[in-house]
Amino acid sequence: MTLASPNPSAVATRDLRKRFGANEVLKGISLDAHEGDVISILGASGSGKSTLLRCINLLEIPDEGEIVVGGETIALRIGRGGRREPVERAQVDRIRMQVAMVFQNFNLWSHMTVIENVIEAPVHVQKRPRADAIREAEALLDKVGIADKRNAYPAHLSGGQQQRAAIARALAMHPRVMLFDEPTSALDPELVGEVLRVMRTLAAEGRTMLVVTHEMGFAREVSNRVIFLNQGVIEEEGRPADLFAAPKTERLRQFLSSHLKA
Amino acid sequence: MDFDFLRETVLLLLSGVPLSLNLAFFSILAGAVLAVLLALMRLSGNPVLDLPARAYVFVFRGTPLLVQIFLIYYGLGQFPEIRQSLLWPFLREPYWCALLALTLNTAAYSSEIIRGGILSVPFGQIEAARACGMSRWLIFRRITVPQGLRVALPAYGNEIILMTRSTALASVITLMEVTGIASKIIAETFRAVEVFVCAGAIYLILNFAISRGIAFLERRLSPQLREQGAHDHLPEPAR
Repeated sequence: MTLASPNPSAVATRDLRKRFGANEVLKGISLDAHEGDVISILGASGSGKSTLLRCINLLEIPDEGEIVVGGETIALRIGRGGRREPVERAQVDRIRMQVAMVFQNFNLWSHMTVIENVIEAPVHVQKRPRADAIREAEALLDKVGIADKRNAYPAHLSGGQQQRAAIARALAMHPRVMLFDEPTSALDPELVGEVLRVMRTLAAEGRTMLVVTHEMGFAREVSNRVIFLNQGVIEEEGRPADLFAAPKTERLRQFLSSHLKA
Repeated sequence: MDFDFLRETVLLLLSGVPLSLNLAFFSILAGAVLAVLLALMRLSGNPVLDLPARAYVFVFRGTPLLVQIFLIYYGLGQFPEIRQSLLWPFLREPYWCALLALTLNTAAYSSEIIRGGILSVPFGQIEAARACGMSRWLIFRRITVPQGLRVALPAYGNEIILMTRSTALASVITLMEVTGIASKIIAETFRAVEVFVCAGAIYLILNFAISRGIAFLERRLSPQLREQGAHDHLPEPAR
């Protein structure tokens, strides 16, 4: 079975390894996301799925392996103290602009209003004219359904609204790829739907997304590929229809049976 | 009540206010610069920078300001190296000695306040900034400082008020600021109570103005808290 998409590669990892102390969290992960792919990454807690996302935009530096974003390989070297580090900070910042991240806990900047959060990176990192950034931010807030919260501070929003604001903030950078790290796990059940709806819209627009999630419905219906991580390795990957209907490994079978019950 | 004496005393004491404020203002200003440096050294994670900063804070917080003033004023002149150095024209002046002691002292306290402010910024927000491709300096300027400042401000306000009062200690090395003038009047008139009441009132008024200024700044800097009442942070009263 081939999963190769005709589109160019958006982000790829080659044999990614990461350890924290004696604990090897990623044991050689290779994946290739093409433009327009929506990849759901499943796995039990501790399987390394968040670490994988965090490595892709270099919030963690992998110990081995390489990361390629839009055809550009991130240059890493062994620094002082024997740990790997980026060769060039400017490259890291450049790559990060192309790989936007949405966090489990939203991580909006609490001293800025919603609109200020959204225009921060476009204005101060990408140096776009402020008026343009504001115009675009307003359109994005409208798109995620919180245009009326433009001047509110994060503390005055519900979790679902905060996460949608965070999605707007990520979109404002015109990223090549969007990484979602358990975007609905910190939300009350009744707020999960509004965030997933926004993510479905983005998927339908053809955005490239890597989504670490426990939402099996989203993984099955929205993504075109599912990766199942187990103890730091890709245990199984494929089209959601195949994986959910006929898991090949015992681990995935167990995982699915415990997660689909709910 | 001898109102003529009180009026005369207040007028005399007021002539010392510029020097008191001068000492407070410049020591706080220079102290803040040094404090930021010390806080960054402590947060650097590099023992070569961290340890000297720790030692500095330990020494200047652990000894009385009065002792520090005496040591600088009387102590530094003991060293021929200092007497022959370019600094001597400054260090033999009581003004510069007082300013130096006040600056070094406030820097130690302020550095801990600033360090606390910086550490209070939730790590997730720093990560979010990094994930957007913001450089370290940009993160510091746009995320850490504005939020850390808000957290540090109440404690730093305390420090500003404390320093304004501490300028009174400069009188022991002959400076004629408010307290220095008060001591002089008392030496001439022996009317300690009236004079010190007047001097105390002047400090009270100065610090009232300062604390209003800080409260104003606090409101200006924390728009996200303005809509919530302060009582939201207190536990429910028992019924």
